[in-house]
Amino acid sequence: MKILVTVKRVIDYNVKARVKADNSDVDLANTKMALNPFCEIAVEEAIRLKESGAATEVIVVSIGPKACQEQIRTALALGADRGIQIETDSMPESLNVAKLLAKVVEVEQPGLIIMGKQAIDSDNNQTGQMLAALLDIPQGTFASKVELVGDKVHVTREVDGGLQTIALNMPAIVTTDLRLNEPRYASLPNIMKAKRKPLAVQTPADLGIELKSHTKLLKVEAPTERQAGIKVNSIEELIEKLQNEAKVI
Amino acid sequence: MSEYNHPYKDVDFVIKEIVEFDAFCQKAGLEDINSEFASVILNEAAKLGSEVIAPLNTTGDSQGATLKDNKVQQADGFNEAYQQYMENGWSSLTAEEEFGGQNLPNLFGTAINEVWQSANLAFSLCPMLTQGAISAIKHHGSDSLKQTWLPNMISGQWTGTMNLTEPDAGTDLAAIKTKAVPNNDHYLISGQKIYITWGDHQMTENVVHLVLARLPDAPAGVKGISLFVVPKFLLDEQGNTTSKLNDVQCTALEHKLGIHASPTCSMSFGDNGGAIGYLVGEPHKGLSYMFTMMNHARQDVGLQGLAVSERSYQQALEYAKERLQGTNKDGSRFSIIKFPDVRRMLMQMKSSIEAMRALAYVASNETDKSRYAKTEEEKAKHYSRVELYTPIVKGWLTELAQEVTYLGTQIHGGMGFIEETGSAQHYRDARILTIYEGTTGIQALDLVGRKTLFDQGEQLAQLLSEIEHTSVDLQQYPELARLAISLDNAVKTGQQARNWLLDNAQTDKTAAGSVSVNFMMMFGYISGAWLMAKAAIKSQQKLKSGEGDAQFLKAKLVTVQFYFDHLLPRIQTNIASIEAGSDSIMSLPEDQF
Repeated sequence: MKILVTVKRVIDYNVKARVKADNSDVDLANTKMALNPFCEIAVEEAIRLKESGAATEVIVVSIGPKACQEQIRTALALGADRGIQIETDSMPESLNVAKLLAKVVEVEQPGLIIMGKQAIDSDNNQTGQMLAALLDIPQGTFASKVELVGDKVHVTREVDGGLQTIALNMPAIVTTDLRLNEPRYASLPNIMKAKRKPLAVQTPADLGIELKSHTKLLKVEAPTERQAGIKVNSIEELIEKLQNEAKVI
Repeated sequence: MSEYNHPYKDVDFVIKEIVEFDAFCQKAGLEDINSEFASVILNEAAKLGSEVIAPLNTTGDSQGATLKDNKVQQADGFNEAYQQYMENGWSSLTAEEEFGGQNLPNLFGTAINEVWQSANLAFSLCPMLTQGAISAIKHHGSDSLKQTWLPNMISGQWTGTMNLTEPDAGTDLAAIKTKAVPNNDHYLISGQKIYITWGDHQMTENVVHLVLARLPDAPAGVKGISLFVVPKFLLDEQGNTTSKLNDVQCTALEHKLGIHASPTCSMSFGDNGGAIGYLVGEPHKGLSYMFTMMNHARQDVGLQGLAVSERSYQQALEYAKERLQGTNKDGSRFSIIKFPDVRRMLMQMKSSIEAMRALAYVASNETDKSRYAKTEEEKAKHYSRVELYTPIVKGWLTELAQEVTYLGTQIHGGMGFIEETGSAQHYRDARILTIYEGTTGIQALDLVGRKTLFDQGEQLAQLLSEIEHTSVDLQQYPELARLAISLDNAVKTGQQARNWLLDNAQTDKTAAGSVSVNFMMMFGYISGAWLMAKAAIKSQQKLKSGEGDAQFLKAKLVTVQFYFDHLLPRIQTNIASIEAGSDSIMSLPEDQF
């Protein structure tokens, strides 16, 4: 069984994001970029399934400008077998991503598609769901445990009330939550090997997809800075302020 | 406790723009290796360094290593971190492919060692000593010795130590008393060794000691010392570790000012008849074998000066931004980074660190240039430069580190004196660096003696002439005119010091020793200025062409200017002191002290 894993290049989670002066977007110039943490968890899960003998090949796919090959190489260094980059000028929006991925799935025919539940830059949490709809296959989102049982995949989901375990027919889509696993560090020999692993480059045109824009980014604003607080002299004063100034009680 | 973040922007800049690593790789015909790959590898090492190894720095310091029943117990968490380090293959980085190494350039080793050393200096010493032991066996051991010991040391399965010092034989190794007596296919070693870094621990199944000792027929003095491999546990016929202990044990741990988590062991060999050891290379050549590893080991300690300075700076910077100790007119408070004197201290730390990094990396790459040289002449040229740089990298970087870590603590004010803040640890840890692997005095003597007087100042003249070229290059940039004048003056001052030494060393036998430390420090400041000037040229070029990170490049220009304004002028003090010669240093009779 093949596993397809998707990875996205995003701003490094350690970096404090800056907004461009004209508020048009987040300023990514000369900013440290990294593999989206949820995608890293997806890669780890796929590699573990391969190491357990349940999968034969792990294919990692990313969409974006050439720089995203760095993140594909990172995934290859963690243990994925080969990479596919779909080259686009900018980061396409979720529906376009899902359409492109659907084409890759048609070609590769993986038994399992593991994706991060969301990317930490746009925080949409929708690509996995869209892909499931486009392919008309089952989905197990917010996974904290993935188990292959017979010809089914059991996915334990983190839902509001606790945990929910579902059995899905395969092929299926799993989107990862934070507690699914703890990704490994890439080893030096694997980083060396990753350089020689195959990485194919395709364009949306190769896949017969025309990128369309469905949303427009109007503006990005930094969170307002927290104002200094005040000290009140008595509980009566606090209650008075909560009632009349804050109007919360 | 402070976090460690890999300073990847400056590291990238030094590798790409100052070392010019890509041009080197092309010339050397290294396929697939370039600065981009360096940054991929560094990025992975930095994750392990900052997430796994760095958090153990504070706890390791307060807990330290302990000794019970002649067994050293490493600080909590170190074993797990070491296993991770080993499993991820980092110990094989620069080692030979034949024995399982990755055979990557020396510069990779340096840049990655900076990560471990900044993350946790005490931890980093264990793999560093292993690298030294590997290098000794690789260069001087027989094929069978290499086959037996190298693969497991390169994989990190076994660690290595260097057993040189004895109670009466420190800097003067001629006084070594440890004995080696031939016994069938091996030797029986007996004697006491002290200051053995990571001489014992429970992180690996074996520890491989390299030991200097005398054979029964050995001539007196330095020409009678041989080198032996002495394992903690004996091996079976297949070369696997057995549970049979060799006759060697740790008898005591030193109580130290810093690097508490690095066990500094007193080792006793042969309490029960003799520890089994195997001769490395030929008899009586042990000390000369040690010398072949010395450049690497000394440069590595110089690098520790950079690494601990970087960590100290990161912590001081964070504090300076957070600590509110000023009040605006409207009553709101501001942080201490607004005060000019705090800025002076931060800038001094920053500019020292950037100059140190440039010199450490450039010096490291000279080893690669020598190794991959196409002609013997070129090889010799680069090797001579390695030899010249080594005492400067070790001496200057570690001395500067004292000042940088001092400032790191100073910026914290009273909090810096409190151990829980963590700043004091860097100050204490840094203190060993000017002492081990040859004190500052020894480095300075090496520079004035073997590296300068020995060749009539030829190597130094070549370096100065290269620096002079850069000062001419600077003149093409009107914005850098001030730097051009200063660098040109620095070259002249360097020549003046060199000439003084050559003129006076013969007539006054105490002259070289008297001026040596000022001489070494001066060439440190001049070499630093040279590479900072190169950094300024590259920054200026890139800003003009609109390449790169403008914010970083502009900061680099300011940092270079600070270096030229506040660090380079120190060579005026150095030259005054040098030209004063030995008079006031030596004229007081010994009994007047």
